[in-house]
Amino acid sequence: MWMAELPAFVPFFIGALIALVTKGKLRQAVLLLTPVLSGLHLLTVPAGTILSFNFLNFQLEVFEVDKLSLLFGYIFHIAAFICMLFALHVKDTLQQVSGLLYAGSAVGAVFAGDLLTLFVFWELLAVTSVFLIWARRTERAYLAGLRYLIIQVLSGVILLAGIIFYAHVHQSIDFEFIGLNDTASWLIFIAFGIKCAFPMLHNWVTDAYPEATPTGTVFLSAFTTKVAVYALARAYPGTELLVYIGVIMACFPIFFAVIENDLRRVLAYSMINQIGFMVVGIGIGTALAVNGAVSHAFNDILFKGLLFMSMGAVLHMTGKIDGSRLGGLYKTMPKTAILCMVGAASISAFPLFSGFVSKSMVMSAALNNGYGWAWLLLLFSAAGVFHHAGIKIPYFAFFAHDSGIRTTEPPKNMLFAMTIAAVLCIAIGVYPQALYSLLPFDTGYNPYDATHVLTQTQLLFFSALAFVWLNLKKMYPPELPSVNLDIDWFYRRLFPAILTPFFNMFWAIDRAVRGVFMRGVNGVLGIISRHEPDGILSRTQLSGSMVIWVSMLLAVFLLLTLIELKQSFLFLGIHLQSLLDIPSQLWCR
Amino acid sequence: MANHESNNNSEKKYLFDNPKNVKRILYGLYVCCAVLVLLEFVIHRHIYHSWEDLFAFYPIYGFIGCVLLVLVAKWMRTFLMRDEDYYDKLEKKQHPAPAKSESTADADSESNQAEQKQGGNHVDG
Repeated sequence: MWMAELPAFVPFFIGALIALVTKGKLRQAVLLLTPVLSGLHLLTVPAGTILSFNFLNFQLEVFEVDKLSLLFGYIFHIAAFICMLFALHVKDTLQQVSGLLYAGSAVGAVFAGDLLTLFVFWELLAVTSVFLIWARRTERAYLAGLRYLIIQVLSGVILLAGIIFYAHVHQSIDFEFIGLNDTASWLIFIAFGIKCAFPMLHNWVTDAYPEATPTGTVFLSAFTTKVAVYALARAYPGTELLVYIGVIMACFPIFFAVIENDLRRVLAYSMINQIGFMVVGIGIGTALAVNGAVSHAFNDILFKGLLFMSMGAVLHMTGKIDGSRLGGLYKTMPKTAILCMVGAASISAFPLFSGFVSKSMVMSAALNNGYGWAWLLLLFSAAGVFHHAGIKIPYFAFFAHDSGIRTTEPPKNMLFAMTIAAVLCIAIGVYPQALYSLLPFDTGYNPYDATHVLTQTQLLFFSALAFVWLNLKKMYPPELPSVNLDIDWFYRRLFPAILTPFFNMFWAIDRAVRGVFMRGVNGVLGIISRHEPDGILSRTQLSGSMVIWVSMLLAVFLLLTLIELKQSFLFLGIHLQSLLDIPSQLWCR
Repeated sequence: MANHESNNNSEKKYLFDNPKNVKRILYGLYVCCAVLVLLEFVIHRHIYHSWEDLFAFYPIYGFIGCVLLVLVAKWMRTFLMRDEDYYDKLEKKQHPAPAKSESTADADSESNQAEQKQGGNHVDG
């Protein structure tokens, strides 16, 4: 019985410890076996399992299992295995150990039954994942990693503040439905929102993910944002604000994605777009909508992982990832190209691919619940997804103009990992019932009706037609080596530009004030220095010199006395004379 | 696609080196698009939203949506686009002197390679 209550993150942390002290083939075996064994264990754990103990008057539920957390638990295990396989050739202890710890933290977070446990894993996610960025070992990656870490830890601090408020009000830290009502719920909402890449808070995704190592980005894309989606689905389903936030998230990144040159950054933007669909689903909050949101998260981990893997393979083999520097790679990497196109078809939601069976649930829910405007905008962004992720990624990497790069297929483990993800994408698309049986609600939804298949196919083919037409008319914006401004401009350019002069002025004023003050202090010190023990006025003198001074004084006194005496005698003489004169006068009378 | 490390002159022809194959793909796309529109006459669509009443709503919406998307994004470049080293020259401590205006394609790819060597390379191997 105790085996079922073994928290699912424990095998990952043990695996990471073993990986730290092993080498070579043994370590590779540990890396691959950890998610497999942990996943097999998780399959035996029934919904409703709870491992809890008391801590400072609060019930800590370190491991609480229900259908929603199990779904995320399963996909995190699959993702961890695929990521590990994809990164198997890497000989870097830092990446491999932090990769396992990171996956373990994500698993721990989705099985956290109380807010305090969630907070611990929330912060662990940030701290363990940043090494996947720093492992690139360039100055750019170092700085991007620092920015990433600051934002992630900030999210954790806000979460902690919210938890403290929440515990004070509710006298409980159970992680359940919260809903937007008081300060505590807003703080927790914002903390989730940062990790979920809400608009204006999204920039860490597009800033940091493209700077990570080719394999590190695949890890990053799978876990952090999906944990946030899970947390929102648990705590804020049916919050109408999320519909608006989600629609904005689905729409604005596709514009950036069209003009972005770094293909992994394009994928990062398209990731925000996909999370937008999930957030809309959570915001609508009906059984169908939440099902759509979490199943889309499940599928997104697979197809976005597949796309990031294919671009990671390109970066690994060519050392380049900019659309303007790639092209024609289908000639030498045909297998990678085909696998990439499977991912592209899945994210674009072609019938028979995984995106089709989950995205449509959110769309239908939007229509059924009176969000017609949201549906129209989501439809637009669904067409846009195909445009930037479905066509642009494979086209500029593998086709377009021939860049002259001649390379080979990536290592076998990379191809194998991509193949697994691709097979899963198609399998879920062809047989969605397998995924639907894992969903938290039973809605009897069927994606394959004639209307849906026809309309979706029409939408996508005419998006492709638009791409072809724009290219033939030479209206399509060429890939240019460039940087596009986003929210990060505020904290990378504007704040330094304002704050640097401000601080310069501040330091100048500070210097002046301190100068005045120091002059005052120096003056006082000068006075004191005359009176201090060694000062000029309180030095200890030799008694001999004192005697000289005394005798000198006495001599002067004597001299003065003598002068005085003489004058006194003269004065006295006159008076004596006058005095003596008096009796004579008397006598004379 | 076995041996392709050889010279450019003797390199084998690949699938899309032949413009005819590109044409074939494009014609395939056009035919698919036409068939999909014609299918509207055969398949009765369920209508959930008033806009869907319009004949060929999805093809029109998809096409116009994408054209607008690209044109707006292109316009956004006019005020969002900056040099590649826009942030680097401020943030990186050991940033090399910014490359001169790269006129020829040769110089372009050369400096790119240099940059990749210096900055953007992967570490695993």
